[in-house]
Amino acid sequence: MLSAARSLAFRAAVTLAVALLLGLLGLPLAAVLLRIPPGALAQRLGDPLVVDALRLSLVTSAAATAVVVVLGLPTAYLLATRDFRGKRLAETLVDLPLVLPPTVAGVALLAAFGRAGLAGGALAALGIRLPFTTLGVVVAQAFVAAPFFIGAARTALADVDRRYVDIAATLRSSPSHTFFRVLLPLALPSLASGAAMSWARALGEFGATITFAGNLPGVTQTMPLAVYLALQSDLDAALALSVLLLAVSLGVLLLVRPRARRPAR
Amino acid sequence: MTVWLLAVLATLASVRDASAQRPRTLTVFAAASLTAPFTELGDSLERRRPGLSVRFNFAGSQQLAAQLAEGAEADIFASADERWMRDAGGRGLLAGTPVIFARNRLVVALPAGNPGRIERLQDLARPGLKLVLAAASVPAGAYGREMLERLSRTAGFTPDFARRALANLASEEENVKAVLAKVQLGEADAGIVYRTDVAGRVASHVRVLEIPEAANVVAEYPAAARAGTAEAADARAFLSLLLGDLGQRVLAAHGFLSAQR
Repeated sequence: MLSAARSLAFRAAVTLAVALLLGLLGLPLAAVLLRIPPGALAQRLGDPLVVDALRLSLVTSAAATAVVVVLGLPTAYLLATRDFRGKRLAETLVDLPLVLPPTVAGVALLAAFGRAGLAGGALAALGIRLPFTTLGVVVAQAFVAAPFFIGAARTALADVDRRYVDIAATLRSSPSHTFFRVLLPLALPSLASGAAMSWARALGEFGATITFAGNLPGVTQTMPLAVYLALQSDLDAALALSVLLLAVSLGVLLLVRPRARRPAR
Repeated sequence: MTVWLLAVLATLASVRDASAQRPRTLTVFAAASLTAPFTELGDSLERRRPGLSVRFNFAGSQQLAAQLAEGAEADIFASADERWMRDAGGRGLLAGTPVIFARNRLVVALPAGNPGRIERLQDLARPGLKLVLAAASVPAGAYGREMLERLSRTAGFTPDFARRALANLASEEENVKAVLAKVQLGEADAGIVYRTDVAGRVASHVRVLEIPEAANVVAEYPAAARAGTAEAADARAFLSLLLGDLGQRVLAAHGFLSAQR
């Protein structure tokens, strides 16, 4: 009897929490959708400024995700499988961009990689300029998006049953062979999910981008920047652009997610 | 009789005083460029009017206008240009006609080290330079573009000066302070900002190139009380403080031009 009442209370609490969360996350999205006048979306799609921003957003966020995965996977592997001095520090360092306000991240990037920054001279000697360039957008996005992938990858790689790795070792599989043939396939769904989170964060990046890379249509003006600038003059245009960005994100995330959920063999 | 009358007057006066000391808040929405002088003036208004506390919301004029349109509670709106004041007026959000309380003009700001080796305004059109402006939807950005156009029609400049200078545009910033930041950090070779932006502490970090009076665009700052404000008397007091001696002195100390031409 008591347990029935308890289970009812539990179910009620879960339902209430879910309803509140849906209200918090879903209502603003629904409100934006309801506020844009019909036809406004199609009209914006023809605007060359919007096409430029959308193309730039897709290219830079894809490139940033690629950078994050290529550089982040070895880092996550190291953190998940090895113990070393300063590991806690390294873990904290990797998480730090999460708490840094993006605008501050932008200033930090300028102080490091800007023309007058710490590594500015070295980059210039290599012929690389980051501020006011598309490459700078990719760097800003990679900076803020990296923790999402590395965090997920670290957990995914650590969660792989140690016995598989041990068996591979007894079969004289080299560490690289074990990594590519055992660890990677088993962790793949979670890795894909982490990469999708990083990509979504890169796509929505605003503060670090406008501070570090600036805002120039066709070069550094990604969709979030276009939305913000539109907000200064035309609320309806800004809302239409936001919905466009949301629709594109939704499409890509749906494309990635089912694969992430497929159980690994 | 006289004594009786005096007593009544005294009572009335004390009632007025009591109402004047009722705790009240005056909320002022003001353009970001007004931060320093308005904070000073808010303090002096609080000293003059017991019970009053002045609260500020400093942001871009366009953002403030949007917040007002969405129903934000404000008693005063002070904008960096007339466009957003007209926008608020058009929505029936203002009480009375806005008053112009200050003016501002543009300058070209260069990093202290002058990496672009810019010695005169004509240099802004030199290919390869990194010029940073506020976006066209931001007042400072609209004024900056107009100023470049005017220079193109000025003796000593080529007719395509504005076009060539704008070809050097490296970034269109969301607000004028972001333009200044890019200059201060040495990323931009030049930026177009307000005179007031390079007054005070910033002055030692940037070099300033003046723009001839004839080609300069003067920004006018209007202010008005919000329609239906609960603190109409305090709002009026704030507006007259702005236009009075003290207000104009404080504004001038921060680089603003006086309200009168």
